[in-house]
Amino acid sequence: MKAPKTLFSAAVALAMTAGAVVAKTEVHWWHAMGGTNGERVDKIAADFNASQSEYEIVPTYKGNYTETMTAAIAAFRAGEQPHLVQVFEVGTATMMAAKGAVYPVEQMMADSGEPFDGSAYLPAVVSYYQTPEGQLLSMPFNSSTPVLWYNADALKAAGASVPTTWDEVETAAKALVANGMDCGYSFGWQSWVMIENFSAWHDIEIGTKENGFTGFDTEFTFNNDHVANRLQAIADSQKDKLFKYGGRRGDSLPMFTNGECGMWMNSSAYYGSIVKQAQFEFGQTMLPLDTGVASAPQNSIIGGATLWALQGHEADEYKGLSKFLTYLSSSDVQAWWHQETGYVPITSAAGDVSEGQGFYKENPGTDTATKQLSLNKPTPNSRGLRFGNFVQIRDVINEEMEAIWAGNKTAQAALDAAVERGNKLLRKFERSAK
Amino acid sequence: MLKRVHFPTSPLPYFLVAPQVIITLIFFIWPATQAVYQSFLIEDAFGMSTEFVWFENFVYLATDEIYLDSFGRTIFFSICVAFLSMSLALILAGFADRVIKGTTTYRTLLIWPYAVAPVLAGALWVFMFNPTLGIFPYILEFLGVDWNHYLNGSQAMSLVIIAAAWKQIAYNFLFYLAAMQSIPRSLIDAAAIDGAGPIRRFFDHIFPMISPTTFFLLVINAVYAFFDTFGIIHAITQGGPANATSILVYKVYNDGFVGLDLGGSAAQSVILMFLVVAMTIVQFRYIERRVEY
Repeated sequence: MKAPKTLFSAAVALAMTAGAVVAKTEVHWWHAMGGTNGERVDKIAADFNASQSEYEIVPTYKGNYTETMTAAIAAFRAGEQPHLVQVFEVGTATMMAAKGAVYPVEQMMADSGEPFDGSAYLPAVVSYYQTPEGQLLSMPFNSSTPVLWYNADALKAAGASVPTTWDEVETAAKALVANGMDCGYSFGWQSWVMIENFSAWHDIEIGTKENGFTGFDTEFTFNNDHVANRLQAIADSQKDKLFKYGGRRGDSLPMFTNGECGMWMNSSAYYGSIVKQAQFEFGQTMLPLDTGVASAPQNSIIGGATLWALQGHEADEYKGLSKFLTYLSSSDVQAWWHQETGYVPITSAAGDVSEGQGFYKENPGTDTATKQLSLNKPTPNSRGLRFGNFVQIRDVINEEMEAIWAGNKTAQAALDAAVERGNKLLRKFERSAK
Repeated sequence: MLKRVHFPTSPLPYFLVAPQVIITLIFFIWPATQAVYQSFLIEDAFGMSTEFVWFENFVYLATDEIYLDSFGRTIFFSICVAFLSMSLALILAGFADRVIKGTTTYRTLLIWPYAVAPVLAGALWVFMFNPTLGIFPYILEFLGVDWNHYLNGSQAMSLVIIAAAWKQIAYNFLFYLAAMQSIPRSLIDAAAIDGAGPIRRFFDHIFPMISPTTFFLLVINAVYAFFDTFGIIHAITQGGPANATSILVYKVYNDGFVGLDLGGSAAQSVILMFLVVAMTIVQFRYIERRVEY
């Protein structure tokens, strides 16, 4: 009676030990990439797992950006956090402020003895996520930047050329409308495109303290004449149908793809959607320059998400994670990710690989984003921004900008109000981040 | 002789109510106290630094224009939803009560929407009213209405009111119909013999007789509009455009989970909690007295 029981427990014990020997060290990665991009994330993880036998990356889809970030924070408070979490760029300040919660990736890789060469990365991509001293805090994963999309057929029919300055945008828009188009141009993600990137492109600051990089006591300054004049000019041109507002985020995309508007300023990552939807020849070019503000463009700033390592795990697991990040930033993986998704490659080597494979020849214009980001060495005004509560602040900016388009406020009044409301939210963040 | 009945004390009743008490404590009382505690704190999202600030979060809310606007908006929204869903349910129940053929079919169809989850109900309305793809904006265009609830705040508000009311009609209908059917037939017949037409009978007899149901539904609908409409708003407008549909419960979510301002969000939910308590007390103390049972 007793013997089988002992035998059984011995077998169980044996099975468990065997399991422990075989089991790889698991590293958990929470991400926000649904649909096709989610499958690509799974493929990256699976390829890494197949490439070595010690570690296993376990990717988990946690919903959209906000949901993923909230889930990771809740998990951290409960002591159940993943090793790696994908956070969108506006969450950067929140993550940074949580000093004991995040493990800066550059430091993690150094601690794990994994080689890391900061100069291999595109400066405009990594500078967004560096400390003022230049230490990389999180690993850029999916990044894009706004470009000017144009309907080549419509421009040709109207006898207009591809614009490089705002004056030329106006001329082209007039020609398009005169040729029977409903509107000249539109844009989406308006805070990102028309305030954040407009400022960086012309090397003017968005807020004090190097756009928030050097202190939480930063204040907004985007209610300056340059931004106000540009937005006012855009608002005034609505009466001639040169500009038409089409909603927040990417809501105005159909206006471009169905031929209503001839030009559209928004993320380079819309490439896939435009290829699928547009029934005309299209192209992408760099954002227009406001010659009244600067004589040459600086560089644009990115949007998208990065991967943050969270504290509270074993050194061995961080070692696996460091190896994975090295794999992730290798040229082949990056080139593949860039060509499949339209996101910017994070290293210059990955761009060279794509070039060598003839990707840019076959798909002209797809390197515009990279070129635009690496046009110049980023200045304190153009390496990005770091403001707390920025999710809500973007909403405030959206509301005030919509008031301009609706003609309820002048550009100056709306921007003043946005700065005042935004500063209140910054002060609130400063309190909580102390 | 004095009769005394002694019941032996038994642990059984305590044991039987224990599950209910435990559930209430774990899922209601404990989170509520946590919310009250949290509302006195200013804290970063990860909980790395915490500052006890007494009523500062509440003071901030009291001076925050957006929050005060949200208050008024919520009251407007609730009144509209409760009125619309209750009046339509009352009319439908009035008709269904008089239907002779196919009663079950009518009733089943009218109760159906109640089985739809709020988010699905929201998705349904999103499709029907999508400015570029929806059927309603297409029809409205013939009437000269330029429908775009992504930009137009009043249109967005009307849409969430309609969607929220539609969802609740079925529930109200069920109660109204049951109430009407419990009215003694003889009363209605007597009124009919005295020469009262259907409309007169409805207003003079049926409506007063079902006033307890109306009162009950008023409480339920107010609570519904305050809290359960979150899913619908989240699916249709996400509080936009420019906060036009951001009612209190949505703002709690948005500030807490999107904005990660936990103290401010907790303070809002504490206010909401007291509001519901106050609302219920007022309703039971003052309105209930005027209801004839």
